[in-house]
Amino acid sequence: MDKVMNIRNGVILTFIITLLLPFIVQSQYVLHVVTMALIWAISVYGYNMNVGYVGSLSLAHVGFFAIGAYTLGLLTVKAGWNFWLAFMAALVLSAAIGFLVGLVSFRTKGHFFAIYTMCVGFIIYLIIDKWDSLTGGVRGLIGIPHPAPIGPLTFDTLTSQYYLVLFFLAVTILVAKRLLHSLLGRTFLAVNNSEELARAIGISTRKNQLLSFVISCFFAGLAGALYASFVRFIGPDIASIVLGFEMLMYLIIGGIGTLAGPLVGTLLMVWLTQSLQFLQDSRMVLFGPVLVLLVIFYPQGIVGGITNHWRKRRKRSDLKHSESKLPKQVPSHRVNARR
Amino acid sequence: MEVKRGELVVLLGANGAGKSTIFRTISGLTKPSYGEITFLDKKISGWSPNRIVMLGVVQCAEGRKLFPGMTVFENLKMGGFVHRQNKRELKALFPYVFDLFPILREKKDQPAGSLSGGQQQMLAIARALMAKPKLLLLDEPSLGLAPLIVKQLFDIIQRINQEGTTVLLAEQNASAALKIADRGYVIESGEIVIEGSSETLLNHDQIRKAYIGA
Repeated sequence: MDKVMNIRNGVILTFIITLLLPFIVQSQYVLHVVTMALIWAISVYGYNMNVGYVGSLSLAHVGFFAIGAYTLGLLTVKAGWNFWLAFMAALVLSAAIGFLVGLVSFRTKGHFFAIYTMCVGFIIYLIIDKWDSLTGGVRGLIGIPHPAPIGPLTFDTLTSQYYLVLFFLAVTILVAKRLLHSLLGRTFLAVNNSEELARAIGISTRKNQLLSFVISCFFAGLAGALYASFVRFIGPDIASIVLGFEMLMYLIIGGIGTLAGPLVGTLLMVWLTQSLQFLQDSRMVLFGPVLVLLVIFYPQGIVGGITNHWRKRRKRSDLKHSESKLPKQVPSHRVNARR
Repeated sequence: MEVKRGELVVLLGANGAGKSTIFRTISGLTKPSYGEITFLDKKISGWSPNRIVMLGVVQCAEGRKLFPGMTVFENLKMGGFVHRQNKRELKALFPYVFDLFPILREKKDQPAGSLSGGQQQMLAIARALMAKPKLLLLDEPSLGLAPLIVKQLFDIIQRINQEGTTVLLAEQNASAALKIADRGYVIESGEIVIEGSSETLLNHDQIRKAYIGA
């Protein structure tokens, strides 16, 4: 029971810290980096709802991030739409394109699904890069407006944007949590567990895979739209495969399929990336082995590793309790039944 | 091959005879290359598995496939997936399956992966029952279980059948299966070689030699 209290206290503490962060941290630069990290975290949460819950490894996630960003950018800059209308459109379009892509790509399975979606991601990148007249090509798109004020709330300072991103991240985490504990979430886990078995108890696997894919694309689009309005400049590199793999790395390090994993992984990796900046690209020489070790020893990432450790400890103490109470016969009987 | 309402029919055959393939085809997991499957006067061959489950043909897969990370209770809940809209009716099913398998009530909140082999098989059957089957397909429930547990399990299967569920049972354990079955089919490389009532099969020389070993 005290374990549960620890988790709850931890969550409350984290929440308070994040709420007070702009007052604690005076440096604009740090706040900027943290806000960026929270935006990545939203995207990684979306990623987790597909890769972690249903278990289909899509490599097109970053493409939908870019679709969200470019939809917002183009609609506000070139079409002159109202910001929040364009924001909604970005979410809807990401999910809609996700639906169409999912319809086709879920005809493939396993490795082929990963390869197929990687191609989709690359095609999205190419379209953005080459369609000069629409997207501005390599020059990118500049002058994306700040989020428009909602009533008395304005979003033209860094602090206010931080809170806006934090709000969306909180919503994302809540959705992820509700999803995980709902029947739909358990259905996703069932599909992840064994497609065949899921089908045998009457779950339409294709439908659920598609649904989780669309949800993940929706959150990728949300993160993309927030990114565009925060950085106010977007180029084709936000659809690059490299960025996609970076998101995957955040997810794996934090803990695939866990609730806190995306946040932990993203914050940790962004912090590491920032503090090891003097190493430049040779950071990857460091990250690579760390990632390999982590996958070998903690396939469920940092969060998964910690919860497993707790569970084992609790089980061990439970076992000690029960062993002292039960007569010696019981274990041998258990062996028989298993045979 | 034919299974009438309320019957308990056993499908005998050695490894690779095609028992599991027949089951997978009935439940829609594999599509038949030819031939026809009808259930309650509906042609169901080629249907998707979830439609077939909804119609009342529920398979309990071989090798006690469970969701090991979920608790026993959650596994059962997932079993009633196709009736998820009807929460009240679903809730009413829990006492029924817990009554059949009292051990599951005890272990309700434990992860399914922590159960023993026999308990896992019971959970697999209980989970299939949660889908309210009219026809229950059981693929080798006795696989890898101790004789005592097998007997227990078969008693329960018989009880399920007597309470109104039609059962099609695939088995290698011929003597145990034929004791509770009404009729049986013997399958060899995908073809029915012998069929008849349980007594006929039990006394059939070839079968005694091949499957019972007496």
